[in-house]
Amino acid sequence: MSFLKTSQIKSPWLMHFDCGSCNGCDIETLACLTPVYDVERFGIINVGNPRHADVLVVTGTVNPRNAEILKNIYSQMPDPKLVIAVGACGCSGGVFREAPNVLGGVDKVIPVDVYVPGCPAKPEAIMDAVVTGLGKLKGILEAS
Amino acid sequence: MARTVIPFGPQHPVLPEPIHLSLVVEDEKVVEALPTLGYVHRGLELLACKRDYNQMIQIVERVCGICSMIHSLCYCQGIEEMMGLEVPRRARMLRTVWSELHRMHSHLLWLGLFADSFGFEALFMQLWKIRERIMDLNEATTGNRVIVSVNVVGGVRADLDEGQIRWIKDTLVEVEADLKKLQSTIMNDSTVCRRTKGIGVLTKQAAYELGAAGPMLRGSGVAQDMRQLKYAGFDEIAFEPISEPDGDCWARSTVRWRETLQSIDLVRQALDRLDGTDLTVKVKGKPEGEVITRVEQPRGECLYYIKGNGDKFLERVRIRTPTFANIPPLAAILPGLDFADVPVVVLSIDPCISCTER
Repeated sequence: MSFLKTSQIKSPWLMHFDCGSCNGCDIETLACLTPVYDVERFGIINVGNPRHADVLVVTGTVNPRNAEILKNIYSQMPDPKLVIAVGACGCSGGVFREAPNVLGGVDKVIPVDVYVPGCPAKPEAIMDAVVTGLGKLKGILEAS
Repeated sequence: MARTVIPFGPQHPVLPEPIHLSLVVEDEKVVEALPTLGYVHRGLELLACKRDYNQMIQIVERVCGICSMIHSLCYCQGIEEMMGLEVPRRARMLRTVWSELHRMHSHLLWLGLFADSFGFEALFMQLWKIRERIMDLNEATTGNRVIVSVNVVGGVRADLDEGQIRWIKDTLVEVEADLKKLQSTIMNDSTVCRRTKGIGVLTKQAAYELGAAGPMLRGSGVAQDMRQLKYAGFDEIAFEPISEPDGDCWARSTVRWRETLQSIDLVRQALDRLDGTDLTVKVKGKPEGEVITRVEQPRGECLYYIKGNGDKFLERVRIRTPTFANIPPLAAILPGLDFADVPVVVLSIDPCISCTER
């Protein structure tokens, strides 16, 4: 594999988008970056610009308003890309699936590669999901 | 000077949550800020007609993940008042313990994000490292780190044994010592002071008139705290609200800093008053009538209006959250700021969009 492809797997750049979550999963995603879990030691860097990101971490339910933003962010990311839906809400809508302004999980709008269950998902589970997803990304890169 | 409109959000690295601000700037000065909401609205108040009054606890806990324990405390208090239930003393004290632990983790989280907003990343990491100790306490005593889900109608579902009480007290001694080491950095460090002192000033009169809540109000010199209403275990615990007169970002961060240390003391007082063995009272009947309850969240006063009609489904649950109350003061202090100060001032209200919009 080329240098660029190898580094995409060794050091994935991650972007987090809160898509109507209750903040529980958001603070757990953020906790992954802080000293106790510290994903930066594995080369995972949190970026703010979707054009720099390889991995999109989405938390929370989708509603008609933020669905447009989510699609927009996803389309701005360069290929190949990975989407991780974090938490029960991101997977299926969770406790809010019957709420009037909720469309459902993230996969109603964009394709999802890894689902992380839990309400909220624990930082260990989120890190595991990123590692699992990178295996999939590696397969795509090797095939291309 | 021509006016430029700069969009801030809904996806922005400083703010983890989606809110959109249209900032109208002249040169580097903000002249107008127009907030747009609706990215997190789920309409969960309407779920009251699909879930019965016990299942609603799980819904209100997820109004906001950071202060989930205090939301369910407020809701349960309302139902208990409606049904005339007397909660056992041990359960009230346990509720106080977990609600104050929640306040500590919420304030440490906010102080870390606040430090990050003006680029002090080392302080952010230190504060979050200390915060993980509180999360460990939550996880070991209730089974979950963030949404602890301990409240039920009529009491609590988890108990603390002697070993756990001793462990919590020992951990809090260490947490307090760690926090004291950071105190001079947060309050006196020159970089912190230059980014926060005199920035985003909200006067006492304006805070009162615009209906600010919580640390935003107390940071402007109004010593008003809903814990003075003596709900849960606060009727027996010595408590004084904390306020700072300056009304700037520094005052708001100092209020939250001092409240974090105060919460350690409140947890200790509550742990010393744990006696009896009953955790719940027997619940009979269905909620009927209407009730208003208020509690103090980390972000300010939270109000629940609950109406029941003798059915197991409630007729109406109305939630008024402190973060929504703090949006008008924010819109009032943003004009006139330097553009670089906007993230600092926006974070100084402790925005929580999920409870603003529900």
